Amino acid sequence: MNENGNTLISLRNLQVHYDLGGGTLVDRITGGSRVRRVVKAVDGVNLDIKRGETLGLVGESGCGKSTLGKAILRLTEPTGGQVFYGGKDLAHASSGEMREQRKNLQMIFQDPYASLNPRMTVGQIIAEPIRTFNLSNGGNVEAKVQDLMETVGLNRRFTKRYPHEFSGGQRQRIGIARALAVDPEFIVADEPISALDVSIQAQIMNLMERLQREKNLTYLFISHDLRAIRHVADRVAVMYLGKIVELGDAKTVYAEPLMPYTKALISAVPIPDPEIEAKRERITLKGDVPSPINPPSGCHFNTRCRYAIEDCRRIDPALVEIKPKHYAACIRISPERPHIDENDAAGLGAIGEGIPETEKRS
Amino acid sequence: MIETNGHILTVNDLRTYFQTEDGVVKAVDGITFTLAKGETLGIVGESGSGKSVTNLSIMRLIPEPPGKIVSGDIIFDGIDVRKLSIDDVRSIRGKRIAMIFQDPMTSLNPFLKISTQLMEVTELHLGHTKAQAHRHAVKMLETVGIPDAANRVNSYPHEFSGGMRQRVMIAMALSCDPELLIADEPTTALDVTIQAQILELIKDLKARMGTSVILITHDLGVVAGMTDKIIVMYAGKVFEQAPTRELFATPANPYTKGLLKSVPDPAHEEGTELYQIPGLPPDVAHLPPGCPFSPRCERAEDVCHREFPPFVQINENHWSLCHFAKEVYAESVRERAAANLSETQIESHPLA
Ligand SMILES: Nc1ncnc2c1ncn2[C@@H]1O[C@H](COP(=O)(O)OP(=O)(O)OP(=O)(O)O)[C@@H](O)[C@H]1O
Ligand SMILES: Nc1ncnc2c1ncn2[C@@H]1O[C@H](COP(=O)(O)OP(=O)(O)OP(=O)(O)O)[C@@H](O)[C@H]1O
Ligand code: SF4
Ligand code: SF4
Ligand SMILES: [Mg+2]
Ligand SMILES: [Mg+2]
Repeated sequence: MNENGNTLISLRNLQVHYDLGGGTLVDRITGGSRVRRVVKAVDGVNLDIKRGETLGLVGESGCGKSTLGKAILRLTEPTGGQVFYGGKDLAHASSGEMREQRKNLQMIFQDPYASLNPRMTVGQIIAEPIRTFNLSNGGNVEAKVQDLMETVGLNRRFTKRYPHEFSGGQRQRIGIARALAVDPEFIVADEPISALDVSIQAQIMNLMERLQREKNLTYLFISHDLRAIRHVADRVAVMYLGKIVELGDAKTVYAEPLMPYTKALISAVPIPDPEIEAKRERITLKGDVPSPINPPSGCHFNTRCRYAIEDCRRIDPALVEIKPKHYAACIRISPERPHIDENDAAGLGAIGEGIPETEKRS
Repeated sequence: MIETNGHILTVNDLRTYFQTEDGVVKAVDGITFTLAKGETLGIVGESGSGKSVTNLSIMRLIPEPPGKIVSGDIIFDGIDVRKLSIDDVRSIRGKRIAMIFQDPMTSLNPFLKISTQLMEVTELHLGHTKAQAHRHAVKMLETVGIPDAANRVNSYPHEFSGGMRQRVMIAMALSCDPELLIADEPTTALDVTIQAQILELIKDLKARMGTSVILITHDLGVVAGMTDKIIVMYAGKVFEQAPTRELFATPANPYTKGLLKSVPDPAHEEGTELYQIPGLPPDVAHLPPGCPFSPRCERAEDVCHREFPPFVQINENHWSLCHFAKEVYAESVRERAAANLSETQIESHPLA
């Protein structure tokens, strides 16, 4: 995946495992869990984020999207792997070094209200990172704050107001202004539009696209709204239970998804057109995402996949380049035979990389 | 009994106002519709447009004060709901009219087993014995697709995932075979995959039991595939009302057109910039003079800022609140003809 020299951030085998405890003698005596419970929220992710692109990250709730985003910025601690940025491994950077890097790496949160301090004025909220990093002094800060407010479409005069005096869309603009205050290079936008009204979603998406063009920003855009992702993203990564299972050009992934999981996700998106809806054949996924504590063995998706065969419960599929720059992790597809429906009809079993991922990696 | 003309529900010029510190909030200000047996009505609109208040009014669940239904008729199967005593309303609610709310966790009691909560409903409304109610509870969980229902029925709500809890809510809502189901954003908090499951479930139950449904959502995609007709609300007013296909094909209101255009849809993606309705959703306590949408409307003319627009009838079942409703409709018809959405275009839709 390292074909492009224009990579801004590289994730190598990135892991975030949350240890929920259990399994110790104390647990047994106190009636706790008899086995150690570990959530593999991010489980060996390899991903290159290119300079200036918007990489969309989709997947069902709980599959690890936010954890991945936070791990890149060290807002949650990786338990393994590397995050390369500017030649340095952020995953192992000292806290001082990391603090310095925050100038370049910022985050926008889903809930614009919860992420803004209610006791600070909007002016103070946006000024805080500028002061922290000594980016301007005195009166310049004021001017810079006002410029930022204008940039995100807020009235300059609103600096003295508090977050509760703004609408959801306006609060999200404040969150964006705060992230932009330090002139970052990279922004993780974690569900930045999910909490907003439809009309306001379009405004925020347009704003983010405009800022990207003007400031050459790189985004990791996390969303469960596939319509939005398709619109804003250049490439899209599909995540399932801690792993990236498909990666490719956003339009291509939507038009010709390779993975059964991606096909089901896309098929579930309601289309705002009654004529198309009436004709459409839905692939409905059975059941919910399995518990990440003890995910199904082999391909994690095998409990819900209608193509699953015996091997799927045994082999952990690796992310393989199936078509040029279009990657998928499924043992039943290969570059020679990329169409799972055809392979299934032809009665083919496992034809992809038949080697367990763990063996390949070691 | 009042003449129903085969309609399970008739709402006529309903107005529900709230007395607030900010003044009177006309949360719902004149909504009229009928719902035939087995029909599905979609109510769409942005946050605060009055969707929930409309349906809470039908169920007589408006907190009074500060709220009050100030005028209008609500006729359910020939019964004037506004004239009923609270006891009579309760005997209809949950039995003949059922409701599903957005957040299943707040409507399920976290301290009671799923079985207890499901059984309460049929013991109360259908006079079931404990044994009957338990059997019925298991059957309802099976109906909504909970695997291993006989065992899972004894779980507590927190042991279920969000999608499963929402299915429990639907099981509860449907346990007395209601004639009308009101679903207020039933899938907004859920993943698309679970949303698709829940919508399939509602469709399936409708087909099997002939239930009439009111589906409230802000997602135009959801109403497109689920409803027979649609009401678009803005600032407590009905801005447009039409059969589903007609509303999507030839909208007659600038607000509806804006909403339709601002959803990213691969089939209608011309440039890169997404269409956006300018400005903010309205503050219902302080509406501008004239048309409430006028500060955001690209089509607004002087008259829009001065005079409240008329509710114009486009054809038998199509209405639009706009000074230029007929013109906007004619434009949509022309655009539709120009685009001439053919069968092949539908089939080649990137998501179809
Ligand atoms: N601090 C934590 N301790 C333990 N488990 C956690 C913690 N944070 C997240 N998890 C678990 O890790 C998994 C991934 O969570 P994450 O929030 O990354 O998912 P997500 O894809 O962002 O989901 P959503 O779409 O709901 O935001 C979940 O199972 C979650 O319960
Ligand atoms: N108890 C109340 N007291 C005062 N005002 C209220 C009350 N309930 C609702 N309102 C007001 O009535 C208006 C309509 O609210 P409603 O809940 O019907 O909106 P909605 O269309 O369902 O929005 P959402 O999509 O956010 O659920 C809003 O302006 C709201 O603030
Ligand atoms: S590896 Fe098996 S279970 Fe996983 S997606 Fe492919 S066919 Fe389905
Ligand atoms: S009445 Fe005027 S402002 Fe209102 S929707 Fe019609 S054109 Fe727009
Ligand atoms: Mg998240
Ligand atoms: Mg509501």
